[in-house]
Amino acid sequence: MTEDKEWRIALAGNPNTGKSTLFNALTGLRQHTGNWPGKTVVHAEGSFTYNDKTYKIIDLPGTYSLLSNSADEEVARDFIIFEKPDVTIVVLDATALERNLNLALQVLEMTDQVIVCINLIDEARKKGIEINKSLLSKKLGVPVLTISARNGEGIDELLKTIDLMVNGKIKTNPLKLQYGPDIEEKIAKLIPLVTKLFGTEYPARWVALRLLDGDHSLLDALKRDYHSSVRRMTANGYSCSC
Amino acid sequence: MMDSTKLVPLSNCSPGQKFKIVQLELIGTMRYRLLDLGFVPGAVISVQQKSPLGDPTAFRVNNTMIALREEESSKIFGEVIEND
Amino acid sequence: MDTHAAVNREKSFQELVKYAESLSNTQTRDRIVSHIFQTTKKICNDVVSYNQKEKPNPTEKLDRIFTSKIWGFPIMLAMLAVVIYITIAGANIPSSMLANFFGWLEGYLTLAFKAINAPDWLYGILVLGLYRGTAWVVSVMLPPMAIFFPIFSLLENYGYLPRVAFNMDRLFKKAGAHGKQSLTMAMGFGCNAAAIMSTRIIESPRERMIAILTNNFVPCNGRWPTLILLSSLFMAASFTDELSTMVTAAVVVGMVLFGIVVTLSVSWILSKTALKGIPTHYTLELPPYRNPKIWNTIVRATLDKSFYVLKRAVTVAAPAGVLTWILANTYIGDTSILLTIVHFLDPFAKSLGLDGFILMAFILGLPANEIVLPILLMGYLSTGALTEIEDMSTLKQIFIDHGWTWLTALNTMLFSLLHYPCGTTLINIYKETKSKKWTFAAFAIPTVLAITITFVINQIVRLLGLI
Repeated sequence: MTEDKEWRIALAGNPNTGKSTLFNALTGLRQHTGNWPGKTVVHAEGSFTYNDKTYKIIDLPGTYSLLSNSADEEVARDFIIFEKPDVTIVVLDATALERNLNLALQVLEMTDQVIVCINLIDEARKKGIEINKSLLSKKLGVPVLTISARNGEGIDELLKTIDLMVNGKIKTNPLKLQYGPDIEEKIAKLIPLVTKLFGTEYPARWVALRLLDGDHSLLDALKRDYHSSVRRMTANGYSCSC
Repeated sequence: MMDSTKLVPLSNCSPGQKFKIVQLELIGTMRYRLLDLGFVPGAVISVQQKSPLGDPTAFRVNNTMIALREEESSKIFGEVIEND
Repeated sequence: MDTHAAVNREKSFQELVKYAESLSNTQTRDRIVSHIFQTTKKICNDVVSYNQKEKPNPTEKLDRIFTSKIWGFPIMLAMLAVVIYITIAGANIPSSMLANFFGWLEGYLTLAFKAINAPDWLYGILVLGLYRGTAWVVSVMLPPMAIFFPIFSLLENYGYLPRVAFNMDRLFKKAGAHGKQSLTMAMGFGCNAAAIMSTRIIESPRERMIAILTNNFVPCNGRWPTLILLSSLFMAASFTDELSTMVTAAVVVGMVLFGIVVTLSVSWILSKTALKGIPTHYTLELPPYRNPKIWNTIVRATLDKSFYVLKRAVTVAAPAGVLTWILANTYIGDTSILLTIVHFLDPFAKSLGLDGFILMAFILGLPANEIVLPILLMGYLSTGALTEIEDMSTLKQIFIDHGWTWLTALNTMLFSLLHYPCGTTLINIYKETKSKKWTFAAFAIPTVLAITITFVINQIVRLLGLI
C-alpha cells in the first residue's frame, strides 16, 4: 500500500555539481519539464516512489550562495523558506568542496531537514582527494553521503536516508554558525521580535541575520508571504495556499 | 591603498602565473559573488587561459575554472608567487 | 482578524526592519559572509586530504585547443556546421518514410469515411484539416529535432557550451550585452519560450532585457525544419545528392550566423538607446569536460524531444489544421474567407518578396512556429486540385506552381528567422518582464526588422534584375 501523502524534496547546490544528473537518476523519465539545453536554469519537478512513499522532487536553480545576489538565488531561497520542503538535499562537488560547502552552511541555517550529498566522488578519488564523511557529518550535524550520480553509486543509501528522515528517525543538529560577540548580541535582540511577529513560521535566527545584512529582496518576499498568510488565517480558518 | 608593497592587479598576470590574493577593491554584489566563487584574501589562484579575443581570462580557483573580465580582475590585488 | 489588525502587523514589521537597520552597519554583511568562508575553510582543513600531487589536468589541455586564439572560433563554426549537417543528412530518410506512412494511412482513412458515407465537410475537417496538419508537423518536425537535440545535449553535457560563452564574451560586451547571453541563445535553439526563462541567469535587469528582446533571432525547434526544408528544396536543388546536403547545411549555418549578427546588432542598438548603460559584472564558470553517458543522453533527449513535438502537434497543429480548413471552405459570395484574406495581404506581401498565403501562414502561425508551413501548404492545396504529398518533389512542385523562386524561399526563411516570437514566448516575456510595453517591443522589434530586411532584399534583387 502506498501512503497518500506526497513528500517534497528540494535539490540545492552549486551549478555544475551534477545536480541534474542526480535529479534524473532519482526520477527516471517521470519529470514535468523537457530536457532543454540549459535545463539547469529552469526549475524542474519530478516524482518517484520508494518504500511505499511518493516523493515530489524539485530541482532548484544551481547557485553559489543563497544570499540573494541574483534572481536564481532568490528563487532557491524562497522555496526553502516559504515552501518548506520535507527534505532539502544539498549536492556538493567532491572536487571543489571548499567552495561548495558555503552553500551547505547557508542551508543549514534555514532548515533542520537537510541531507548533504557529496557528488562526483569517483572523480575526487581519481584526483586523490579523500573526504572523511563521518567527521564532516559530525561537524555539520546532518547526514553526509558520498555518491556518484552518474554511476548510480550511493543512490540506494540516499533513498534510505530520505526515507528515515521523513519518518522522523534521524535527529539532526545542524551547525549554527557563531558570528562573534557583537553580532550575536544583535541577533539575540532581534530574535524575540521576529518570533513575536512571525511565530515559528520562519527560522527566527536566520531571519534576524538577513535583517542585519539588509537583504531587501527577502524583506519584500517576507512581506508578500506574510500578507498572504494573514489572508489564509482570515479565511474562516480555511487553509488554502492558492 | 597601494603604497604598502608590490601588490599588483590580477589583470596584469599572464597565463601560467600563480597569484595570491591580498585584497578585493570591489563592493556590493560583485564582491560577494567573487567571495562565493573562492576569490577570497589568502587564496592562491592560477592564471589559465585568455579568450580568443583577448578578454575574459580563465582562472583556476578552488579547483574550478572561473572566467573574469578585465573590469573585475583589475580590482583584485595581490602578489605573483610563482612563474611557470 | 480584520484590516485594523493587519495594519498593525504591517506597522510592527516596518518597525522591526527599522530597528534592525539601526543595529547593523555596512560592515555587518561583509563580516557575516567572511565568517561563513572561514568556517568552511576550517572544516575542509579537517575533513579533506589530498593524497597525490596535482596531475596535469585534461580540461586545461582541451581548453588550450577549444578556446585558443587560432582554433577557438573555427572549431565553434565547425561544430555548428557538423551538428546541422548530421541533422539534415539524417532526417531526410525518416522524414519521407513518415510522410509515406501518413499518406498510406490517409488512403485508408478516406476509404473508411467513404464506407460510412460521411459528409464532405466532416471528411474535410477531420482528414484534410486535422489529420493532415498533424501528420505534416510530425513528419517534417520530428526527425530533424530527434537528431539535433541528442547531439546538442551531448555537447552540452560534455561541457562545451560554457566555452562558447567564453569565446564570444568580448563580442557581447562590445554590444553592451552580457556574456551569458550566448548561453540563453543556445537554449533558444530548443525553444525561445524556455530561453526567456533562462535569462534569469543574467543578474543585471538591463542586460537581461536585451537578452529577452533578442532571443527570438535564434531559430527554435519550430523554425529549424522550415529553414532546412526550404533551403534543401530551393537552395540546394541544382546540386548532386551528396553536395546538396552540404549546400543545405551551409545555407542553414548561414542563417544561424546571420541571426547571431542581428542579435549582436540589435543588442548594440538597444544598449545605445532604450536600454542605455554599461556592461555589468560578469563571472562564468567553465566546468571540467566530462564524458557524457552517451546512450543515456541520446535516449533521454530523443524521447523528450519526440514527446514534445508530438504534444505540440496535437495541441497546436491539430486545431490550426481544422481552422485553416474551415477558412478555406467557408465562402462569402464565391470567394473563401481564406482567399479573401490572402488577396488582402497579397500586395503588401509581394513587396516583401513573399505572397499573401505566406504572410497569412505567418499570421495564423502566431501560436506556434511549427504550424506555419502546414498552414501554408494547406492554403496552397485548397486552391487547386488536391494533391497528396507523397514525397519532397511534389512538395516543391506545389511551391513552384504558386510562383515561388529562390527569392521567395530566401525571404520566407529570413522572415521566419526574424519575425515576432510565437504566442507562448510572448506570454513568457510578459510573465518575466511584467510589462506590456516591453512585451510589445519584443513583438515589434523583430517584426519591423523582418519586414524591412525582406523588403530591401526584394527591391535590390529586382532592381539588379537577378530574378
